[in-house]
Amino acid sequence: MSKQVLFQQKLAYEETFSCVQCGYCLPSCPTYKTMEKETHSPRGRINLVKMAAEGKISLSELEEPIDLCLGCRACETACPTNVQYGAILESAKEAIQEEKNKTLNKSTKLLRKILFEKAFPNKAAMNTVSFGMSLYQATGLQKLNHKTGIGEKILPASLAAFEKITPDTTGRKRLTHVKPKGEPVFRIGFFTGCVMDTVFGKINDLSIRLLQEAGCEVEVIKEQTCCGALQHHSGEGETARSLAKKNIEAFERYDFDYVVNSIGGCGAALVEYDHLLKDDPEWAARAKEFSQRNADISVILAELTLPFRRKINKMVTYQPSCHMTNVQKRVTEPLSLIKSLPGAEYMELPDKNMCCGSAGIYNIVHYEESMNILDEKMSEVKKVKPDVIITTNPGCHLQMKHGVEREGMSGGTEVVHLVEILAEACGIEQ
Amino acid sequence: MGETTSAETIIEKVREVIPDESRILVEKADRYSYSFDASFGVHMPEVVVQPKAAEEVAEIMKLANKYLIPVCPRGQGTSLSGGPLPVKGGILLDFSQWNDKLEVDPEDMVAIVSPGVLTAEINKAANEAGLMYAPDPSSSSVSTIGGNMAENAGGPRGLKYGVTKDYVIGLEVVTPEGEIIRTGGRTVKNVTGYDLTKLIVGSEGTLGVITEATLRLIPKPRASSTLMVMFEEIVDSGRAISKVLSSGIIPAKMELMDQASIIAVEEYEPLGLPTDIEAILLIELDGHPVAILEEREQVEKVCREVGARDIKVARDEKEAQELWKARKLVSPAIVRIKPTKISEDATVPRSKIPEMFQRLKEIKEKYSVDLVVFGHAGDGNLHPNIIADKRDKEEMKRVEKAVGEIFEAAVELGGTLSGEHGIGTMKSPFMEMELGKEGLDMMKRIKESWDPNNILNPGKIFPEPGQKLVLHDE
Repeated sequence: MSKQVLFQQKLAYEETFSCVQCGYCLPSCPTYKTMEKETHSPRGRINLVKMAAEGKISLSELEEPIDLCLGCRACETACPTNVQYGAILESAKEAIQEEKNKTLNKSTKLLRKILFEKAFPNKAAMNTVSFGMSLYQATGLQKLNHKTGIGEKILPASLAAFEKITPDTTGRKRLTHVKPKGEPVFRIGFFTGCVMDTVFGKINDLSIRLLQEAGCEVEVIKEQTCCGALQHHSGEGETARSLAKKNIEAFERYDFDYVVNSIGGCGAALVEYDHLLKDDPEWAARAKEFSQRNADISVILAELTLPFRRKINKMVTYQPSCHMTNVQKRVTEPLSLIKSLPGAEYMELPDKNMCCGSAGIYNIVHYEESMNILDEKMSEVKKVKPDVIITTNPGCHLQMKHGVEREGMSGGTEVVHLVEILAEACGIEQ
Repeated sequence: MGETTSAETIIEKVREVIPDESRILVEKADRYSYSFDASFGVHMPEVVVQPKAAEEVAEIMKLANKYLIPVCPRGQGTSLSGGPLPVKGGILLDFSQWNDKLEVDPEDMVAIVSPGVLTAEINKAANEAGLMYAPDPSSSSVSTIGGNMAENAGGPRGLKYGVTKDYVIGLEVVTPEGEIIRTGGRTVKNVTGYDLTKLIVGSEGTLGVITEATLRLIPKPRASSTLMVMFEEIVDSGRAISKVLSSGIIPAKMELMDQASIIAVEEYEPLGLPTDIEAILLIELDGHPVAILEEREQVEKVCREVGARDIKVARDEKEAQELWKARKLVSPAIVRIKPTKISEDATVPRSKIPEMFQRLKEIKEKYSVDLVVFGHAGDGNLHPNIIADKRDKEEMKRVEKAVGEIFEAAVELGGTLSGEHGIGTMKSPFMEMELGKEGLDMMKRIKESWDPNNILNPGKIFPEPGQKLVLHDE
């Protein structure tokens, strides 16, 4: 096979042909809206990947448009011809990263290695500040692409901003196995995630309690590891694949009806393990089986009954996580749970399917672009003036909190995870 | 490019006109991003400019004349005819971001709009005042009004309400030589001098650049009703169209799906459509709630008379959406078979619809191409679509021949090459066949007098000597 053909295979070149360039994706794309260039639209990016595969532009010319994509996948939902934008995007990220790995200096390589292979999968290494710092440094180094000593940087504005709003994460004890009162309806393996468990451990605990209240037996197995989403989105495909295999193996040893998580972004990675490992004959079928057993907590709770004991007398709105909507394709379940909250008045957020700009680590790496997208989002929030903004993903959660702060609305509007408000209605105390 | 001026010089000059550096795009990745539309081919501009004022456009046109640089206007690049392709390079004007003006005047029943406003947004704003902007091309949620006017876009409602040109009553236009003129006005009746408004609309960006438009709005119908009618014979569906219309009812939409598209949809997402029928007609009536009840009965009666096998009537908006879903799924369903879609819009007089079906069937067999027909059958604007794979050169050559014959058939039956997509680059080789030498020459003379230096969207409408339809890369 020629070098060109191999390169084209790496770049999902064949997939680009399913785009008929109709442009129906344009209005759904947050970066097209804020950056106002076709270059930063889904159709534009697909075309550029095709141009790169044909050798008309270099990978370094492709880098910025790919780098500035949120990966929210709203374009996939809008696409009338089912173009696999996610696959095209990840292939480009991986090809770009591989190219860069050839030229990265040693310290950056080492840092990326530590960060993506060790820090995320290892909760101990993940208290917020060191996580943020190392993250920033890795990506910052990678961007600057010249020798920079570790730890010489001062905390940038973006991280300082996020640090202010991350919850305190001290001294928690994790629930590991709970049983319901009677015979369990489902046996559930709970997927904790790493950032979620570090920053929002409380939400995982509440999730487990809610599932118990709804009649499930829930177990947190310690063999599980990071889902690999951030690595995958950063072009570290190999690391992502090895983490996926670890998780599949871990949960295969147990006989759970479902593997449940309350993190829109991780959930999206888990349900796509079958795509991630589709070319691996040893793993493809196992990955498919694993993905099918994965479910967001809202899917399980919407099917069962929760014992509501308190009224939520507030006006609530919902910012759906993009990965929940466009990848997990769970739109109705979270909404029906929100609408079932006793006493709560639900108001739909206009243009709710536009990404808030959090997008994994996008808001740290591309702070300014992310804030432009957040400003659009907050102008819609202001139309609704809710007491509560409900989210289903820690990234969106922090971003919306940051948005509320930036707009000086923190006095009147709180941001909560769906699990928190359901727990409140059920009278579950921390 | 003028021989004496380099791209650098041009970009320097453009910078003098456009104050905002971010609205001038010169990077290769950016230029590639404006090198295509929804038709065929990749054509690189030297520079992309995003104007936001008529004066900016005028200055650019003056500059282009001085240095003989081609200029090509582009909306949101949804064109199916190659209208915004910069086939001669030069300056590409991107109007998609110029959307600051959308004023609805309910008393005069007009909307005043900037060229980059999305067509669906105009209708939405009109709806809020109890009015509607009638033209509804399928791409209206993505396409700009500027592009719609350039190509004189149609849509399913064309049957009852007409097309874009029937709703444009005034324009602000920058001429190819950089003068700003106004045509028409705010009144429906206006016979002061030549009707330049109608000349510019549908001129595919070759006679002027539209920088503002005054659009006519009409009262929004109070109710609508949808029926799905199934036919065992496609010819019967053609007869049903004629009979419904001759019985004094004009539906808002009459959309057809042939057997191939029905089967494709069922395989793609089973909706329970019967696959042993040759055609489905989707009919939407709109108007006064009492009137459409009576009309619906009449339509049902007429369809049964010509041999409809089955009729489904939507009882509410939700059911109507479900019936229309079948039509919406045709595009995604057929491109799953093969990725390349050649969407033609040759149009025939209504009485010739059954005959055109027959001709299409023959062409399909003769060249063994994957041809499906689905579209705005009510106004004769059938959409024969050929599905292919543009990486298969041999197949694409057969497709070229088939497309050529579709055009010939339409013209022979007294129809036209294009009902709503425009001529652009794709159909120019066939112009003489429809218009004759003299007819085409008169059009050319208009172009030459408006644009003596041939710099505004050159290479469109008029064929180059010896130009043929080409759908494959050599």
